[in-house]
Amino acid sequence: MTTFPHATHRTTTVAARATELSKVYGHGETQVVALDRVSVEFRQGEFTAIMGPSGSGKSTLMHCVAGLDSFSSGSVRIGDTELGTLKDKQLTQLRRDKIGFIFQAFNLLPTLNALENITLPMDIAGRKPDQAWLDKVIEMVGLSGRLKHRPSELSGGQQQRVAVARALASRPEIMFGDEPTGNLDSRSGAEVLGFLRNSVRELGQTVVMVTHDPTAASYADRVIFLADGRVVDEMLHPTADGVLDRMKDFDTKGRTS
Amino acid sequence: MFRTALRNVLAHKARLLMTVLAVMLGVAFVSGTLIYSDTLHNAFRQQSSKGLANVAVGVTDHGSRSDAAEKRPGLSQAQLDKIAALPGADTATGVVSGFAGAADRDGKLIAQGWSNRGGNFFPGEDGQDRRYTFTGGHGPAGPGEIALDRGTADKGGYKVGDKVRVATNRPVKEYTLSGVFTSDQGDVNAGGSLVLFDTRTAQELFLKPGYFESATVTGKPGADQEAMQEAIIPLVSKDATVQTGRQLAADEERNLAESTKTLTQILLGFAGIALFVGVFLISNTFTMLVAQRTKELALMRAVGASRKQITRSILAEAGIVGLIASVIGFALGLGMAAGLSPLMDAMEAQLPSGPLIVGATPVLASLAVGVLITMFAAWLPARRAAKIPPVAAMSSVHATPSVKSLVVRNVIGALVTGAGAATVVGGAALGKDTGRMLIGGGAFLALIGVIILIPLLSRPVIALVRPLLDGVFKVSGKLAGLNSVRNPRRTGATASALAIGLTLVTGLTVLGVTMGRAIDKQTTDVVKADYMVTMANQSSMDKSVIEALAGAKGVTASSPQQFASLEGSDDSFLNAVGVTPGDVERVLNLKVVEGSLSGLARGEIAIDEKAAASKGYRVGQTLDMAFEDGTKTKLTIGGIYGSNEFVSGAMIDTGILSRHTPEPLFYSAYVAMDGGPTAANEQSLVDSLGKNPAIVVMDSNDIRNQFGGIVNQMLNIMYGLLAMALIIAVLGVVNTLAMSVFERQQEIGMLRAIGLARSKVKTMIRLEAVVISVFGAVVGVVLGTFLAWAIGQTVKDQITGYSLVVPWDRIGIFLLLAAVVGVLAAMWPARSAARLNMLSAIKAE
Repeated sequence: MTTFPHATHRTTTVAARATELSKVYGHGETQVVALDRVSVEFRQGEFTAIMGPSGSGKSTLMHCVAGLDSFSSGSVRIGDTELGTLKDKQLTQLRRDKIGFIFQAFNLLPTLNALENITLPMDIAGRKPDQAWLDKVIEMVGLSGRLKHRPSELSGGQQQRVAVARALASRPEIMFGDEPTGNLDSRSGAEVLGFLRNSVRELGQTVVMVTHDPTAASYADRVIFLADGRVVDEMLHPTADGVLDRMKDFDTKGRTS
Repeated sequence: MFRTALRNVLAHKARLLMTVLAVMLGVAFVSGTLIYSDTLHNAFRQQSSKGLANVAVGVTDHGSRSDAAEKRPGLSQAQLDKIAALPGADTATGVVSGFAGAADRDGKLIAQGWSNRGGNFFPGEDGQDRRYTFTGGHGPAGPGEIALDRGTADKGGYKVGDKVRVATNRPVKEYTLSGVFTSDQGDVNAGGSLVLFDTRTAQELFLKPGYFESATVTGKPGADQEAMQEAIIPLVSKDATVQTGRQLAADEERNLAESTKTLTQILLGFAGIALFVGVFLISNTFTMLVAQRTKELALMRAVGASRKQITRSILAEAGIVGLIASVIGFALGLGMAAGLSPLMDAMEAQLPSGPLIVGATPVLASLAVGVLITMFAAWLPARRAAKIPPVAAMSSVHATPSVKSLVVRNVIGALVTGAGAATVVGGAALGKDTGRMLIGGGAFLALIGVIILIPLLSRPVIALVRPLLDGVFKVSGKLAGLNSVRNPRRTGATASALAIGLTLVTGLTVLGVTMGRAIDKQTTDVVKADYMVTMANQSSMDKSVIEALAGAKGVTASSPQQFASLEGSDDSFLNAVGVTPGDVERVLNLKVVEGSLSGLARGEIAIDEKAAASKGYRVGQTLDMAFEDGTKTKLTIGGIYGSNEFVSGAMIDTGILSRHTPEPLFYSAYVAMDGGPTAANEQSLVDSLGKNPAIVVMDSNDIRNQFGGIVNQMLNIMYGLLAMALIIAVLGVVNTLAMSVFERQQEIGMLRAIGLARSKVKTMIRLEAVVISVFGAVVGVVLGTFLAWAIGQTVKDQITGYSLVVPWDRIGIFLLLAAVVGVLAAMWPARSAARLNMLSAIKAE
């Protein structure tokens, strides 16, 4: 168990893919197009950041791909599974078994201790956690000494680390983060982003993260830029400054157009 | 501030729904009770004033039965004539009455046992009896004629001229129906059955020829009631009561007030319990509203509102809610009162009818009760709201109101519970009335103490079932278990509401079942007879019935149970039961402790163990006693037998007792038959009694059911009345769950996102409800059983064969019901939890 298949065989297999994905709210005059025929791939073993100004549809894209939200047309696949045809029950199962989540806040159940929170998805599924993997994950996020603590006894950064561990614990096919550092101070944020990157580099996980913070985006392997519900650009091996420049570009464009 | 309060009420309509419902139900109960009792009271008063209209003076003479020298059973014809001859008197009507029931064509009594009355037709000079208005035919004119009230005649399908079988305490007899009448008189107006005989026949049946039990005298125009009263007093015996019409009316009014007061007090008691339960629900709601508005309230403090103003604004809000709920509740109560009269009629409760009376008292009482209860319940949350510091407005964190330690609360709770429990145990040890008083006080203390302690109890008690929840329901069960102890105060308040109801229900059930079992055991242990014979109206049977039974075909042994008392030389009384010597041992299982019962036939008496012990009687001792007719005698104690409820005190030959009792009381008789209880034997008994519909022949099962039935019926009435409190408790569970779901939106959204299925979310909420409900029920059951034990300790000396019976089956049903209540209460909250939109739930701030 010292090597992990994904880490050793870096392939370009697609973990999730959206094709011609559209999401429309309302009808007629009040119609709002949140996603406009978006096609995008998230490759296995890659850390992707989705960026864009407010209202660009970045969160909606993530929610649709992660099976949290329904979409109007197009297709979404997680591995081999087409999400569009799934009923709520099957979607729930898919989220439980194949997807990991990290939210901005309200991530943990206050009644459970850290370890119980981490193993919650497996509890829900009624499965035993893979102990070796679990130990590895816990060690990576540095929570070994605090497993019996309740969330209220942990700092914000520590709570988010528990959330990262929970998302990783079931060894999902893909992990989604919705502004995972939004509520954290910069040091804790950097830690959490480091863990996400490590989980990709060392554990071979696939991570997709929505953020509006260029520094956070710079931890990713790839950044996808969204504006007005469309993918407008992509950047490989981003740096904070590069991302910031690109974002500024959108802002001015947005204002002038 | 008032405007803010009003806006807040409007803004939190849904949150306040359960509070409104709870207050509404309580107020409806209160107003319904008050209006109904006013209405009933008014109907009674109208009826009695109709009956007493024109009456100048009423004379009642119960006779002097123990006065052997005179033997005067009542008011004599001669006395009545003298009264009628007084210058001021217009008419003087003599009255005799008793039990008489008309049978329908199938031979069954038309009206229910105790509502069958018989009376005398007393025509005046014009041939009319002003008490009765004939709608067909005429009053009974001879020993073979009767008249029936219209309701009874209609029910039996009888027309003037028909033959009607009428049962009295004497053998049943057939009469010709001479007339059908209506009357303002109380019983008839209320739907009871009345058979009128001619005066002489009625006197023979109910009293003694030539005598009346009472007389009503009407005055000539202008006659003075008091003057007539003065004139009548010297004409009648010293024992007779002579009252003016006004005094009679006042007396009756007082009696009515008393009788409706008891009913009103009982109903108000239950309304009080319902409202008490409601307090917890209201308090929970306002606690949550305050918690939700922490920032808002802090802001108001920051911009200069004083603590007092905050408290007042919350109280004003409670006042508005209470007022709205009270108004709706009052309207509901009005409907309840209006609906009760037809309901009572349907149950043949024999109550007079009259218009719905809505006085000022019910209106004011309802509004006051509703508003004050709500404000009282909101008082603590309001004070807590005032303590929110202004700085809370600035803090960005989800400010939760500081959770104060429960230590002080627990210490107080433990002390109060301990004091209450100690008082209860002390009362149980003391016994008697004082003991019961102590238990009452202690029970109240203990209940309050447990309510204070309930948050503390919730953790360990619920922890006991957690492994079960985890094992059976996996994640949903685990989370439900954890959630149910998350807010111990709220869980406690919710469970308290159920605990109070269940304490009462369990206490009454345990007591009822215990008593029932004791009586049942007595019956099966003591009654060896194949049949017990009684009157349908529980009155005494005629001596001829006892004789007929003894002579019936197939009867091998029979004994009456004749009640009388013997007066000792020291003015003390001894209960004596007249039985048939010899036969009694074949119909009742009597344990002879000392001596024997064979002496009964020789005129000896036997004493039961308890009486012997308390009076120090020994076998062979001779007692100086006096019978009810005053005859002095010497009675030798032939034996001592085991105490039982059927022959308690002393036992004596019924032949001797009857000779010395002017009016022997045979409430029941026991019969053993050749071949045991068979249909043929039962028919033989019925035949021997002349197919008298007023006499009931019961086999051992009927006997047991008769006693058990009373216990069950009483329990059912109690359950019905306590249902209101339980409904409010259920509303409380709904309320709490709705709050929990609302507060935990994000959590539920997150759980859904990471893969908890909708069905499991529902299961989780339902289980939480079940856990809280069953927890409350368990607390109630334990407390109720404890209190029942204590009360049982105080009465066990009075009930032979008493032993506490814990009806596990019923308790099991209560707990199961509590679980069902939980599931039902969770229906709506669970659905809304499962339907939560994951995304907005996660994002909601």
